[in-house]
Amino acid sequence: MPAKGTVSALPANGPAIGRSPAPGFRIHLPQGFALGGEPVLAPCTLEAAAGHCTALLGPSGSGKTTLMRLAAGLLDLPQGATVEAGDGRPLAGRIAWMAQADLLVPWKDALGNVLLGAHLRGERPDRARARALLAEVGLSAADAGKPPAALSGGMRQRVALARTLMEDRPVVLMDEPFSAVDAPTRHRLQDLAARLLAGCTVLLVTHDPLEALRLADRILVLAGTPATPMEVAVPGGTPPRPAREPALLAAQAALLERLAEAA
Amino acid sequence: MIRGLVAAAGLVLLWQGFVWITEVPPFLLPSPWRVAQALVARADSIAGHALVTGAEILAGLALGALLGSTMALTLAAWRGGRRWLLPLLVISQAIPVFAIAPLLTLWFGFGMASKVAMATLIIFFPVATAFHDGLRRTDPGLLDLARTMGATRGAVLWRVSVPAALPALASGLRVAAAVAPIGAIVGEWVGSSAGLGYLMLHANGRSQTDVMFAALFVLMLMALALWFTLDRLLRRAIPWQPDSLLSLERS
Repeated sequence: MPAKGTVSALPANGPAIGRSPAPGFRIHLPQGFALGGEPVLAPCTLEAAAGHCTALLGPSGSGKTTLMRLAAGLLDLPQGATVEAGDGRPLAGRIAWMAQADLLVPWKDALGNVLLGAHLRGERPDRARARALLAEVGLSAADAGKPPAALSGGMRQRVALARTLMEDRPVVLMDEPFSAVDAPTRHRLQDLAARLLAGCTVLLVTHDPLEALRLADRILVLAGTPATPMEVAVPGGTPPRPAREPALLAAQAALLERLAEAA
Repeated sequence: MIRGLVAAAGLVLLWQGFVWITEVPPFLLPSPWRVAQALVARADSIAGHALVTGAEILAGLALGALLGSTMALTLAAWRGGRRWLLPLLVISQAIPVFAIAPLLTLWFGFGMASKVAMATLIIFFPVATAFHDGLRRTDPGLLDLARTMGATRGAVLWRVSVPAALPALASGLRVAAAVAPIGAIVGEWVGSSAGLGYLMLHANGRSQTDVMFAALFVLMLMALALWFTLDRLLRRAIPWQPDSLLSLERS
């Protein structure tokens, strides 16, 4: 852990969050998972590799969000199921969660929203680091003092990203984080997230094949009822991969067809 | 605001015209001019009674808002108690307050206490239900976020649910401000020796209909002043709340 208050915890490249290496984790569901008696997931094991980005695709209702909520500890695990980190220590307390909605609270300005975690835990807020993170995601000092209602959708999602980074957790769970913003903004936010989350173990749930292909080191598609995750090949190169690469575009077409079959 | 004043002035003119044409006797319907004269002639007495009623309304509003908020917070924080308290809340509202006004007078006397109790009872319910609804309807995504951030249940309630429910509490308080005068006036009608309700009853008994109208007019002004002051205070305190009815109309 870096000393509290060090603004320089943000090197230009390499891990945005300086710390011991991020652990991988494994969700093991030997009996699958059911919600309200309805089977959602077939017996399966999902692995997120340490320090890498694993993307989870699949049609609506295929259990992507369920898997993510299980990893986040927001759902009770069924009998026999486990969520374990690669280093053997508990995963709870080491994850940050970013949802599709920005979930900014209207009663705090952008800076206050980035500091929400510290506020909720009753910790002393590290304003300098929060300001540095807001600048890092592209918000001006003036924007940092604005309430969420005064910011555009893209700006709000940037604040949400800064809030996620502020939590300083090695494992980041993202549930369709950029699906509510327009395509060019999404593209920019993907570049930003790939840069700032490098070195973290990321589980990325998305609807967007292009997003998965640009950001992920590994892609899993959830298919069938109840669903099982199946691995799909990713193009070479390190994320964020440029969207115009022919190999990536070909892979996008193939992945789209694959998803259409799964639906 | 200006349109509202013009509409009110139009109604007053219509009233004056009606009295003028029909020559209805003043003890049935006094003209606005007569009411204005009564208002000036009895200004001292009306002001004294208005102060009493105003104090009852404000005390009832403060006490009712406090008890209502406490009830809502208790319901939100104490899951086991919800099953017992929620029916009580509904039952409390099933008893018409007007019906128990004589009882309140019997228990709390002819003075201010019984009127404050009456106003408190009327205000308690809208505040408690509006705030409780707001507390229950915290964005589930926000609750999930708070959980992954490691917030305790108490921190989630105080630092997420309560601020998120403030706009709902504000709507409850607006309703409360609108009904608060009813409680005070009904209390005064049942038994009192001061207040605008007492003055109206007294004037009615002596066929001083113009004084009744003057008292009614002052009561209306007080209710309007209360509502607008509260609305302004609430909007300043909770700037992120969805706009109230009036500001919607303006836009």
